[in-house]
Amino acid sequence: MTLTPLLAVESVSKRFGAVTALEDVSLQVGAGEFFALLGPSGCGKTTLMRLIAGFERAEAGRVLLNGVDISNEAPHRRPTNMMFQSYALFPHLNVFDNIAFGLRRQHWRREGVKRRVEELLDIVQLDDFGARRIDQLSGGQRQRVALARALAPKPLLLLLDEPLAALDRKLREETQFQLKDIQRRLKTSFIIVTHDQDEALALADRIAVMRAGRIEQIGTPIEIYERPANRFVAGFVGATNFVEGRIEATSNGAYFVAPFGRLKREGCMLGDGAAAVLSLRPEQIKLVRRSAADGVAGVIEDTAFRGETTQIRVMLAGDARLLVSSGRDEGFAPGDDVSVVVSSDAGALFAESGQ
Amino acid sequence: MSRFSLGRRLVLAAPYLWIAAFFITPMALIFKISLSQPVEARPPYEPLFSFADGPSVWWQKLQMLGFETYRALLDDPLYIDSYLSSLTIAAISTLLTLIVAYPFALAISRSPRYLRPLLLGLAIAPFWTSFLIRVYAWIALLKDEGLINHALMALHVIDAPLGLYATNTAVVIGIVYSYLPFMLLPLYSVLEGQDPSLREAAADLGASPAQVFWRVTLPLSRRGVFAGCLLVFIPAVGEFVIPDLLGGSETLMIGRTLWNEFFSNRDWPMASAVAVLLLALLIVPLLIAERLRLRAEGEA
Repeated sequence: MTLTPLLAVESVSKRFGAVTALEDVSLQVGAGEFFALLGPSGCGKTTLMRLIAGFERAEAGRVLLNGVDISNEAPHRRPTNMMFQSYALFPHLNVFDNIAFGLRRQHWRREGVKRRVEELLDIVQLDDFGARRIDQLSGGQRQRVALARALAPKPLLLLLDEPLAALDRKLREETQFQLKDIQRRLKTSFIIVTHDQDEALALADRIAVMRAGRIEQIGTPIEIYERPANRFVAGFVGATNFVEGRIEATSNGAYFVAPFGRLKREGCMLGDGAAAVLSLRPEQIKLVRRSAADGVAGVIEDTAFRGETTQIRVMLAGDARLLVSSGRDEGFAPGDDVSVVVSSDAGALFAESGQ
Repeated sequence: MSRFSLGRRLVLAAPYLWIAAFFITPMALIFKISLSQPVEARPPYEPLFSFADGPSVWWQKLQMLGFETYRALLDDPLYIDSYLSSLTIAAISTLLTLIVAYPFALAISRSPRYLRPLLLGLAIAPFWTSFLIRVYAWIALLKDEGLINHALMALHVIDAPLGLYATNTAVVIGIVYSYLPFMLLPLYSVLEGQDPSLREAAADLGASPAQVFWRVTLPLSRRGVFAGCLLVFIPAVGEFVIPDLLGGSETLMIGRTLWNEFFSNRDWPMASAVAVLLLALLIVPLLIAERLRLRAEGEA
């Protein structure tokens, strides 16, 4: 397939003085895709977004939109719009004029502006708010005005910089669904910048996980979560247990030798004696009452009820601890003897040298 | 009433007491003088009331008050022309000060953070020297044998001196120069506080750099523009030193007229009436503007 992607970022690098903000970053976003840039603060995700919007210039590399190089276009000439983290609503204009700002710069006719603004007010469920001033709106309402303003001129690509960061938790979850719904209805490509892995997993079709100016992995939420490319991605996206050990290849197959015991591994690509790290998600570990039959012996250290799950900390031989998440309440109490069962394909195994 | 609330009241009352003691009382005395008759005496006016008169005479005198001085003032084109010319010169000067100060304020507010105090300090530094000396210095710059004319003639831009000195133009130049910081500081303070992401948002939505300025930067700085214009316009209307030093015989400004009434003609009632009318001219539009502003904000 030789379809031109909507957005192509090609080997982009950017430095601020001595600090490297982006190092040889490449990615592609398709039409109608919901794409997330995920990473800790300072990883370069915001710089990358600002580069796509035109507020920063790259030292090397290109940005292409529909196959056209826009690397040197000024922000006001790019068919992209951005929703700012601070919302950046114009305090001297009311809601209607804020949303109409981009349309008027494109010389829309009066009637068209009115129709489009009303359409957007309807989409973000602020129908009768046109005449309100910005300082009369709540945080959630401002967020929706900012979204409507960025969507109004029908951008080819909408960039959202931490759009939900300023909302409280309950509102954030509600808004996540609305955002996804709006994106699906309008079929506009969205790129969201976030440091919140839950947000990225919940919203995006694909995620690019970034660290220190580089892309660590690009994949669907399931790929990122279940098959992280390296230890950083495994640790950043979702909770996990890292177990350090080495590989033992026998005629029966490969084993991962952890401080607390040997775990059978299937499809292990590492050679005999290789140092390795096993990333085990809390829900990938099973706990059963102690029996000689299977698993590794351990003792419950602590439990914490979290509503839909129970978090259990298990103490194992060699002073190792594992965090286990259990869907059912199996009545484990601190001090109980248990066996830890890890299936041979659970978790992700990384060679230790890279880290 | 607790001690706390008494202390609080005193603190809150302080500005009112200050205004009452140093503004309203002197203004009332001036108003009183403006209603009396000039005489060749010391003080050079006939006191309105004397304690010896007693209430019935006071009442009689009050009924006979004729406001003759004000009538004379309004009948004499000299005063009317002085007011109009003062307002015109002050308005032109204020507009020019705004046009000169705005790019300054904008440039300082957009410069690197560590440079801003230095640049602001440099813009204000001349004002550490005496106002009078700086206005005098403009004579040397503006007169026909002065620096500006010499330089322009040496560069063959002009053949003959411009004749700037002792004109209204010279007064305007003097006012713009002298009052620049009063415009610069409020402008800088609003521009410096502007969220740069608002400009980015405007550019992102398709506004060219010029449109960003007219649609976002300028409207959001209107408080600074308003404050700066008041700070320049009000003292400029009553300015005496600049028109006296840089102006010519054509320059008619109310500050000069007032000075002449007071010191040359020794007509204290007329001088007082001129001052009272000047205050009314300045304060009434100001109060209306403030009322409109409050109403606009109250509705929102």
